[in-house]
Amino acid sequence: MAAEFKEVSANAPLGEKALNWLDNRFPASKLYNEHLGQYYAPKNFNFFYIFGSLALLVLVIQITTGIFLTMHYKPDAALAFGSVEYIMRDVPWGWLIRYMHSTGASAFFIVVYMHMFRGLIYGSYRKPRELIWVFGCAIFLCLMAEAFMGYLLPWGQMSYWGAQVIVNLFAAIPFIGPDLALLIRGDYVVGDATLNRFFAFHVIAVPLVLLGLVAAHIIALHEVGSNNPDGVEIKGPNAPKDAEGHPLDGIPFHPYYTVHDIFAVSMFLMVFTAVIFLAPEFGGYFLEYNNFIPADPLKTPAHIAPVWYFTPYYSMLRAITGEFMYVLMACVVAGAAVLVTKVKMPALFKAVIAVGAVLAVAAMWALDAKFWGVVVMGGAVVILFGLPWLDNSEVKSIRYRPTWNKYLYGIFVVNFFILGYLGVQPPSAIGERVSQVGTLFYFGFFLLMPWWSRLGTFGRVPDRIIFAAH
Amino acid sequence: MKKLIIGLVAALGLAAGVHANEGGLAWDKAPNKTNDMAALQNGAKIFVNNCLNCHSAAYMRFNRLKDIGLTEQQIKENLLFTTDKVGDTMKVAMDPKNAKDWFGGVPPDLTLVARSRADFSKGSGADYLYTYLRTYYRDETKATGWNNLAYPNVGMPHVLWEMQGERKPIYSEVEQHGHKVEVFKGWEQIKPGTMTPLQFDQTIGDLVGYLQWMSEPVQNNRVQIGVWVLLFLLLLTFAAWRLNASFWKDIK
Repeated sequence: MAAEFKEVSANAPLGEKALNWLDNRFPASKLYNEHLGQYYAPKNFNFFYIFGSLALLVLVIQITTGIFLTMHYKPDAALAFGSVEYIMRDVPWGWLIRYMHSTGASAFFIVVYMHMFRGLIYGSYRKPRELIWVFGCAIFLCLMAEAFMGYLLPWGQMSYWGAQVIVNLFAAIPFIGPDLALLIRGDYVVGDATLNRFFAFHVIAVPLVLLGLVAAHIIALHEVGSNNPDGVEIKGPNAPKDAEGHPLDGIPFHPYYTVHDIFAVSMFLMVFTAVIFLAPEFGGYFLEYNNFIPADPLKTPAHIAPVWYFTPYYSMLRAITGEFMYVLMACVVAGAAVLVTKVKMPALFKAVIAVGAVLAVAAMWALDAKFWGVVVMGGAVVILFGLPWLDNSEVKSIRYRPTWNKYLYGIFVVNFFILGYLGVQPPSAIGERVSQVGTLFYFGFFLLMPWWSRLGTFGRVPDRIIFAAH
Repeated sequence: MKKLIIGLVAALGLAAGVHANEGGLAWDKAPNKTNDMAALQNGAKIFVNNCLNCHSAAYMRFNRLKDIGLTEQQIKENLLFTTDKVGDTMKVAMDPKNAKDWFGGVPPDLTLVARSRADFSKGSGADYLYTYLRTYYRDETKATGWNNLAYPNVGMPHVLWEMQGERKPIYSEVEQHGHKVEVFKGWEQIKPGTMTPLQFDQTIGDLVGYLQWMSEPVQNNRVQIGVWVLLFLLLLTFAAWRLNASFWKDIK
């Protein structure tokens, strides 16, 4: 069905004519209105709501700086390290581009973790926004792949041995593991072939997927409208609207949230550039010291730690020891027992659960703890996808949840930080215990959510958002 | 709930304590000389004359030394080996095979040594180098006749021994956790060097300053530019703040 062909008067200004010509051939004004000019967002966004825009900004920074880095970088095991130093020393402003990219990687994770936390506490993943959340989790997964493969490219000691350790994890998968690890590396150890394929994935394959997912994330968001700190639907059938049908509790994204974002962006850039210019290594957390030594396959560093943004998951991986497997088996048995005895469901389901639990325990008995460590590490990310269906709370926002929920979310955050801290440290007996408790808490938080999210007394959700004029 | 938090934090502290306890000699704080042109030039001279025979600095170009106030003429006359060009990087002529025979390993490239040697709990890479280069001592049990407190059983002999002279560490026995441990107390000068200890420290300070500068020649420039960028962003933030406020003042 062809759209109506619009005419403008012959006396109209040139700009109007040009726009009309364009609009008759491409939905320029339509797209602009749907996503900016007439996209109504709730008035009551707070601090936590700037991280989506900031994530987009960092993505643009990473792509732009990445393009310029690719012009001078050499994906070759013999040349890679030297080419990065060439960028740092001989390419005009190369050091700035490189520091922007390396700091951008860490900034990306900070911003995305904040963005995810916002979604978590305000229930932004609840109906009808499940898909936005699922796309977001996929973006997070891509980002992890992107960061992991990008980290190999400078070809320093940490790049090399970090990749070696993580790729070797895949070898722990039964039956296909060793071949899978070989396929990823393209060699029996991390080498030139690995560097070349990681380069290909890092600069084109993963970014393409990432951009597609970001587009899907935003399109889905603009289809259903943004959530807000009160969890009130401003575009629902009963929500108050003006004569033109626009929500009274919403305002057009442009200009109101664009000026908001410009303000937020300039503050973000202050922090970002302060790191780039004053502390680009950030005390060894953004650029690890060991990575200033060229990769040496014959010299294993005493302590191999991933970059900070992976360390919570790395801690969970290290927490899974042979001894700890008994605890996990007990958890599986207890979980199955509770489901079978306490939850009403057909006998067939109960039988399936019982048999499944027995099989799971048998597999946990038979297979190496290292493999289960990989399962736990992967599961810690994959479980996020299920959040929309795990939460049974009456309300979306933390504001109207029982008070103890706030403490629970607080502990969740503290626990995540502790796991992250322990992942930076060399292994220790007490660190292992703490990370085991932390791992149980992390999974307990999500797996028991269907139960605990129902409990307690909920506050009354207001009919309209709460907004105080600035 | 609070107990749980306190417990977790306490456990965290313990875990950190375990980590901090390990790992040898504490490092001395290196003086920061990366802005001191005279010191950097002296450091460059010591580096080229004493280190560059065995160690390379393969990512560092000779003509970059113009950044520390040397002219191309000075670099050519004083610092280049006969076959080098001023745009070359600081390579080394020694055959890696010989190096392995003589020192048990190829001497590492020093371009980035001041960045790579930093340690979370002990100090910057410059601190390490400043400590390491000043803690050589006579040890006849080693093939080179030298050992080092910061880098035990090091393969490199004490190249600057003529300046520092020969020394020996003095230990005293201390009771710790129920068993006796040897604790480093100080130095005993066996043979004097051409420099006083103070002069030697200053010389090593210059050398370390140079190594630190060489690890990232743009570092001081970077900080200077950063200050201007931050000042600009401060203005931008102010303008953006007022712009935001003026748009939002009508939203009730």
